[in-house]
Amino acid sequence: MTAPATSFRKRAAGALQDAFLKQALSIATTRFLALRQEAFTGFREGEALRDRARAIKEATLQRLDHWLERLVDNVEGRGGRVHYAASAGEARAIVLDIARAAGARLVVKSKSMATEEIELNEALEAAGITPVETDLGEYIIQLAHEKPSHIIAPAIHKTRGQVAELFARELKRPVAADPEALTRIAREELRDRFLKADMGITGANFAVAETGTVVLVTNEGNGRMATSLPRVHVALMGVEKVVPSLSDLVVFLAILARSATGQRLSVYTTLLQGPRAPGELEGPDEFHLVLLDNGRLRQLGGPLREALFCLRCGACLNVCPVYRQIGGHAYGSTYPGPIGILLTAMIQGRPAVSELAHASSLCGACAEACPVRIDIPRMLIDLRRDNVHEGRAPQPGERAVFRLFAWLVRHPRLFRLVARLARLAQWPFVDRGAVRRLPLFFGEWTRTRDLPPLAARTFTERWHDLRRET
Amino acid sequence: MNPAPRAALMITCLADIFFPEAGVSLVRLLRTLGVEVDFPAGQTCCGLPLFNSGYHREAAAVAARTVPLFRDAPSVVVPSGSCAWMLKHEYPGLLAGADHQEARALAPEARALAGKTYELSQFLVRVVGRTRFRSAVPGRLTYHDSCHLRRGLGESEAPRTLLRNLEGAEFVELADAEECCGFGGSFAVRLPEVSSAILDKKLAAIEKTGAEAVVACDAGCLLQIAGGLSRRSSPVRALHLAQVLA
Repeated sequence: MTAPATSFRKRAAGALQDAFLKQALSIATTRFLALRQEAFTGFREGEALRDRARAIKEATLQRLDHWLERLVDNVEGRGGRVHYAASAGEARAIVLDIARAAGARLVVKSKSMATEEIELNEALEAAGITPVETDLGEYIIQLAHEKPSHIIAPAIHKTRGQVAELFARELKRPVAADPEALTRIAREELRDRFLKADMGITGANFAVAETGTVVLVTNEGNGRMATSLPRVHVALMGVEKVVPSLSDLVVFLAILARSATGQRLSVYTTLLQGPRAPGELEGPDEFHLVLLDNGRLRQLGGPLREALFCLRCGACLNVCPVYRQIGGHAYGSTYPGPIGILLTAMIQGRPAVSELAHASSLCGACAEACPVRIDIPRMLIDLRRDNVHEGRAPQPGERAVFRLFAWLVRHPRLFRLVARLARLAQWPFVDRGAVRRLPLFFGEWTRTRDLPPLAARTFTERWHDLRRET
Repeated sequence: MNPAPRAALMITCLADIFFPEAGVSLVRLLRTLGVEVDFPAGQTCCGLPLFNSGYHREAAAVAARTVPLFRDAPSVVVPSGSCAWMLKHEYPGLLAGADHQEARALAPEARALAGKTYELSQFLVRVVGRTRFRSAVPGRLTYHDSCHLRRGLGESEAPRTLLRNLEGAEFVELADAEECCGFGGSFAVRLPEVSSAILDKKLAAIEKTGAEAVVACDAGCLLQIAGGLSRRSSPVRALHLAQVLA
């Protein structure tokens, strides 16, 4: 995704003005939170499974080349073809080549953040191929010509009323703002596309190295149809999604849906092995697996290594106080939320997140919710550090301010002198016992909040008397 | 109970200049418990704002000057979860990885400091072992979890134990007490619109409790919450834990 022109702060402030967004986000994230909580309450194995999942990720990444080789061998052994894409551009070219060779004109897609990452739909359209999103949320945002605003709930920013208006406008089908009625219409519209599509494109939640199995975790059954009805199936996945064995897979399945939607398992867990074999009734003639690097492999030994553990469950978005206020679009990148900042840094490089790395109060709710306990705040701080170190502080002049502060902190007498001066300087701004308006960048605080006045005597000054009290 | 309890107070910069009463209350409280309180001279700021914004060299230099201040203290009490977290979790690593040899040499001492540093509620409940106090503020009280205390130091029980047992006050839980207040240090001024939107949610929850005061164990959260309450002309007060225990 190209870098947005406006600053994150401006986009976030804009999002805060959107009453519909606020309502939609508040309802959806609160519900996700409650469901996740409920799913883990009384699930006694939960904590141990999270530790186990993390350990599997760590062990798999230690020997990623080995597991990827096994995966390639086993997919190809079942008649599938595996492609490796170093970049988003290479991945697009690979998928387009497959589509052209298959003579595909209409493509049905199951929800996939990896295809969003490489902006596949735009590339398909430019090549005269029509992509149709078949996940309900993705279908909605495709109709609206928007991007997903959540990793698992792409249309989370829309209220049901807005979706009804969208359907009436784009599909010429007036409908009540009722989820069931809306779903029925989408289903009717999509059925025909499934039957006519030449190719199905999906992501992959996991790929099992030892069996060559690609795993899709969905709730709508569209993933299964997209992989069984068209002649050709292409699955695109990040290289880090490989897991060694089916028994490892079970560990992840036990925590993924619980973390994402609060379900014990998603409605559909689809395990796919290669194209249709002789004697099988279902499945495509061709199966392609595209392994996407796009910045991932260089993090195997890099500062964002832990972000490669991510299962894309979205739990960190739902608990993030920043995400819950502004939604996903304000982040301006494919992956929103706390983990999204790390993934953006991974894909686009550190400079791309010099401002975004500060889009967190470092409250730690993300790390707590993460099923594989990714220490997101730690990596955000490290990104800030590396960006400062490389001369990319987010605000012009802030380096001088922080250095001056650091210098004062190391000189207690001057520190105290400045505190005393500030105490004198504040009086013009004190009104009814509070500081209500300050100049310069201090005004960013008083824009919406008061500041208690600096105390007439600091604790340090009072200690002199306090010491003698005993 | 500690046989001859002595503790050094690390006041923290925000409490020093904005909430000195909290420090005064803390000292008097500890003295009534028989704890002898020292206040080592030369204290300024622990360097957390520098650390969180990515100025780690500068933060390491601050750590290097702060660690020796508490060399002789048997234990260190901090009235702020975030500053306690900085000392306990970040000082050892910052100093171990510092550029200067003299700073690196302080790493073992930083580890010792980490081991003897306590946030106030933890010190009262887990070191001194006192959980019953009279309330200095009669009426209904609620509690906001500061993120660094709850998730950073893993402490949600000690403050609640103290507040629940308060004689002369009624403790009510705050809805979503564990959610951030939106302060986040420089976050509050880098992204003031988002910070305030998060705060608004917190303030609404506080007002819904009908409490006379919201209690917190972090001067950062108190600055944010008190500032928001004041702007709303709310009668609810934002108080440090030390100010309600007597």
